[in-house]
Amino acid sequence: MCAPSAFVVGNAAVSASEAPLLQLRGITKSFGSVQALTDVDFEVRAGEVMALVGDNGAGKSTLVKCVAGTHAADDGEILFEGKRVHIHGPKDAANLGIEVVYQDLALCDNLDVVQNMYLGREANRYEVLTEPVMEQHTSETLSSLRVTTINSVRQTVATLSGGQRQSVAVARAVMWNSKLVILDEPTAALGVAQTEQVLELVRRLGEQGLGVVIISHNLHDVFETATRIAVLRLGRNVGLFERAKTTQQEIVEAITAGQPTKVSGIPSTATAPAS
Amino acid sequence: MTTADATAPGPAPAADERQGMAGLWRRTLDNMKSGNLGVLPIVVGIIFIVVFFSFKATNFFTATNFVNIIIQMAGTAMLAYGVVFVLLLGEIDLSISYVAGIGALTVAELQNPGSGHQINGLLAMLCAVAICAIIGVGQGSIVAYVGVPSFVVTLAGYLVWQGVILQRLEQPGSIIIQDRWINYTASYFFSHDAGWLIAGIITGVYLIGVIWTVVSHRRAGIPIKNKGTMIAKVLGVAAASFGVVAICNHSYVQGNPLGLPLAGVIVVIFLIVLTFLAKRTTFGRHVYAVGGNAEAARRAGVNVHRIRILVFLISSAMAACGGIILAANVNSVDLNFGGGTLLLNSIAAAVIGGVSLFGGRGEVRGAFLGALVIATVSNGLNTAGYATGIIYIVTGLILLFAVTLDTIARRLQVRSGR
Repeated sequence: MCAPSAFVVGNAAVSASEAPLLQLRGITKSFGSVQALTDVDFEVRAGEVMALVGDNGAGKSTLVKCVAGTHAADDGEILFEGKRVHIHGPKDAANLGIEVVYQDLALCDNLDVVQNMYLGREANRYEVLTEPVMEQHTSETLSSLRVTTINSVRQTVATLSGGQRQSVAVARAVMWNSKLVILDEPTAALGVAQTEQVLELVRRLGEQGLGVVIISHNLHDVFETATRIAVLRLGRNVGLFERAKTTQQEIVEAITAGQPTKVSGIPSTATAPAS
Repeated sequence: MTTADATAPGPAPAADERQGMAGLWRRTLDNMKSGNLGVLPIVVGIIFIVVFFSFKATNFFTATNFVNIIIQMAGTAMLAYGVVFVLLLGEIDLSISYVAGIGALTVAELQNPGSGHQINGLLAMLCAVAICAIIGVGQGSIVAYVGVPSFVVTLAGYLVWQGVILQRLEQPGSIIIQDRWINYTASYFFSHDAGWLIAGIITGVYLIGVIWTVVSHRRAGIPIKNKGTMIAKVLGVAAASFGVVAICNHSYVQGNPLGLPLAGVIVVIFLIVLTFLAKRTTFGRHVYAVGGNAEAARRAGVNVHRIRILVFLISSAMAACGGIILAANVNSVDLNFGGGTLLLNSIAAAVIGGVSLFGGRGEVRGAFLGALVIATVSNGLNTAGYATGIIYIVTGLILLFAVTLDTIARRLQVRSGR
């Protein structure tokens, strides 16, 4: 119905001179008999906020987990900065500069802001923590992102509000010179004001030249932040839209009734899997 | 990446740094609200207990009894230190009392003059700790890699190691420890001057630690909070160490002057080293992280398996150290070693000291204070002439009180979190 008119995947391939930061081609993943992803293409350019939307079970989280290294894709290829890469674990993703902010935040409540920001990557000399360095760098990162709601970087995360926690999680993702930040439902548990805080932060990441992927159920959030919107339905691509040229109506139709933009069995790109 | 913005005021400097005492009070209040009660309740508790028994028993509040309490708490404290790390992970180690028994059995065996494999006492102690460390690695690996709950693994360990001790000691019934180095751990007393020197060293080490913190903060350009508390803490440590030595130097047994017991020094050394390990190293940070949110730690790249195994290693190694001191205290290892209340007292010590059973919260010094409470209470009840039953009842009630406090603190934390 609406999907073909907005189908711009082909166009994106034309402007290959500026290679996308991340490009997924023909990603397929199944869990036993459940086909979670079928031949999915996806891309993000540096400096853009790419929204990934779809109904429950559309395969959004699975796709992200393939990029993050939590799952290995059964088939398809991942290109990062134009080079083909193999991501076998979270460490690989982190080494490439890919950071994921998960829905459940993955912060330790019993640790303070600094300790959470540096979790797993503590600054140390001979295994002895260099606390002041971490504290100062944390403060700098938060102020560069204009996160002003956190009073002290030495308070435990347990004492922070949902929005503050989300800010810490996002700040942690960008602190490591990351190039691509993936946010999984960043506003799901937040109130109105706090949602606004976080969306502001997401836009700022794009302005700083990072590639940003935002996964959300909330179309308001998506239209507030995204430059482009990719829609998945039942594990397949059903459309890729420019935010400026589409409407919420169109996106909702794609989410609920979009037709696959690729017919399975017929490779739509030149790089059909050899196997 | 943020050099341009670095000059902008960070979000950190809040009002609480400028206001001195008022800020300190607010931080304490914040801490309490977030479920972090600190050592305040337990210090108040110890003072209360000491005052109570001083009136109750005539020979409780004496220098000699003070030395007694130090030696009595030493074994439990060493085991409790290990328990702290295990509890920080949200796990439990039920095997420590009999692993302590294995440690004691090992030293006893290796110093046994008639056995044909007698070695130097110091070496024997090292071997004992190493063997128990291997036991810990084994138990920890099963917990970490196979995923069997630590309760079950260490319950099995409890039975197995008890069995090993019974099996070995069935024939002789007990092994007498004659090696002087081993016995020194519970029965060596420093001369008065050496005591003062040790108090000075401990104060000095603490002072150096504080100065190092200040210097490194200065270098990074971070303002130092609570200068007052820092000075107060240094003075407190100085007062405590010199005070303890002063009291110990006034103790006598049958007319012979005692002094600072080596057992007490060992306990304090481990307190310092393990606190440093827990608070100032990446390993310690990861222990707290895994205890707070294991999944988050794993995603952040922490090797959760490795942390679990190392923690069980620490637990068993500390058990060995405690076992050696306990065995040295009675100069022998017998069939009942490791039984009785040793296990539960060690866990109770950590919990009374504010270490949360739910993981992620607590400090090594809590185990020290908890062991002190337990030793003081049982010593007090003993000297006041109460029966063993009463000692158990009172210890149980204190434990219940401490855990209730922890649970309430935790509930407050959840409430303040949202």
